[in-house]
Amino acid sequence: MSSRLLNQIGLFFAALVIVSPAILFFLWMISLSLKFEIDNGAYPPILIPERFAWSNYVKVFEENNFLLYLWNSVLVTGTATLLALLIGVPAGYGIARLKAERSAIVIMIARMTPGLSYLIPLFLLFQWIGILGTLWPQIIIHLVVTVPIVVWVMIGYFETTPMELEEAANIDGASSWQVFRLVALPIAKPGIVVAFILSVIFSWNNFVFGVVLASRETRTLPVAVYNMLSYEQVSWGPLAAAALVVTLPVLVLTMFAQKQIVAGLTAGAVKGG
Amino acid sequence: MSTIAPGRTEVTTDRTGVATRAIEESQSVRLAPNYWPFVVPALVVVSAVIVFPWAFTLWMSVNRWTLGQSRSFAGMENYLRLGSDPRFWESLVHTLTYTSLSVAAPMLLGTVAALIFDARFPLRGLLRGVFVMPMMATPVAVALVWTMMFHPQLGVLNYLLSLVGIPAQEWIFNANTVIPSLVAVETWQWTPLVMLIVLGGLASVPREPFESAEIDGANAWQQFRYLTLPMIAPFLMIALIIRTIDALKSFDIIYAMTQGGPGTASETINIYLYNTAFSYYDIGYGSAMAVVFFIVIVALSFILLMLRQRSQWNDAEGK
Repeated sequence: MSSRLLNQIGLFFAALVIVSPAILFFLWMISLSLKFEIDNGAYPPILIPERFAWSNYVKVFEENNFLLYLWNSVLVTGTATLLALLIGVPAGYGIARLKAERSAIVIMIARMTPGLSYLIPLFLLFQWIGILGTLWPQIIIHLVVTVPIVVWVMIGYFETTPMELEEAANIDGASSWQVFRLVALPIAKPGIVVAFILSVIFSWNNFVFGVVLASRETRTLPVAVYNMLSYEQVSWGPLAAAALVVTLPVLVLTMFAQKQIVAGLTAGAVKGG
Repeated sequence: MSTIAPGRTEVTTDRTGVATRAIEESQSVRLAPNYWPFVVPALVVVSAVIVFPWAFTLWMSVNRWTLGQSRSFAGMENYLRLGSDPRFWESLVHTLTYTSLSVAAPMLLGTVAALIFDARFPLRGLLRGVFVMPMMATPVAVALVWTMMFHPQLGVLNYLLSLVGIPAQEWIFNANTVIPSLVAVETWQWTPLVMLIVLGGLASVPREPFESAEIDGANAWQQFRYLTLPMIAPFLMIALIIRTIDALKSFDIIYAMTQGGPGTASETINIYLYNTAFSYYDIGYGSAMAVVFFIVIVALSFILLMLRQRSQWNDAEGK
């Protein structure tokens, strides 16, 4: 019994060691964001300052238009995710029922393609249509990220839902659309939640599309925080505070929806071959 | 199902005929509901934002085209130029160095982490939750904080090194250490994904063989080497393939931290591609680079996929 206890304590400490880079990083990020410049420049470094610089967070929103960029991020991620769900959930259903899983190879190749190779042609296209300067180019190009995620997760999900109910409804004379809407969709809710969460996270985190397509008014948060670098090379406090503001929504989502994220990522990964 | 319009079949032909085979299969099922209308909207969107860019990139790559100047047909000129461009070859070497390190380190650490998290111990769920967080954090935000931590004078990392008597490093500010430093960040962020995939594999491993191995007196290492490892091998392969693709494509961390610098010391193909297309506006040449880069990624992925297939055949023969 005592050797089992020792074993457990050993494992706990091994886990602690391997998790420590993550813990230390986020602690230091919070610490940087709550220190005045004097404390951030101190040697040896200070983890917990005597005075907390809450003003760093105020500065981020007052001086850098962060409310606008936050709103842009919400609009781009929200619209790109909703559009992806709207077309991706039925598509996942169709592909699963047609047993055309092999057509999902397009999605795999899409995953292999570097984001930049979508950017050049679509940039030209957006310029030609004349929508650069609005949020639409970013919303449309974020579909490159969100649609494959949703379709991928939903194919996997609809493959596991039982066919019997759908067949019964079919025999009773329900149309394909009615079967999907009234039988398949309600069962698939957990899958849709997984697809939604993953789509939101990867769209929110996206940087490369914004850095090319966003103008001063249409920046999303990752681009905005990157742009702060050039203006505030020395002020680490506000910079760290901004970085935390950008990533906090995603981290909170990760903590509350850990189970779904793990399920979605590993299912997708296992299907990845 | 026989009502499928020819026009609709046409939509799918650009998908290498794979989908058309599916039509034939489902036609054999009598009275099957028509599922194609569910797929069509996604097909249209995927064609517009994914397939069209592929085709357009191919076309741009055979043109002399700098934004703001007139375009002319160039044939294979851009591709030939790549062959004799030392900066491109240098960026290819950087990409391969960066990728092999960013695959090896997370694979090793992720497998170890999975073995730990597969066991039962106090606070396991909480610690696993924290362990997964880096993977979900916004890469640019992560990159900014690492940049501050790497700072040669004020950074916390050099302070930590000084505690154990190691002299201060220049990290991302020195051409010799920039790639390993970036790999450290990439490893920090993406080890959790390897851990999750391998953990999924470990969950599917049956208990019985270990019990008999225990009776036969096999030690922990022997059990891992001859039982666990072969059984999780397919999952390791999947992790390897995904990690390779992601590491090759890595952009955010490198761009936000060094933009390929100092000089061009950390310029990967992706960064050089970005500079060519969006700093020099040479989109013809940039497109050729994108095509070659894409071929490199697909080729490496398929080599790994074939290795995986072969290892499965070997397993099947062994049984």
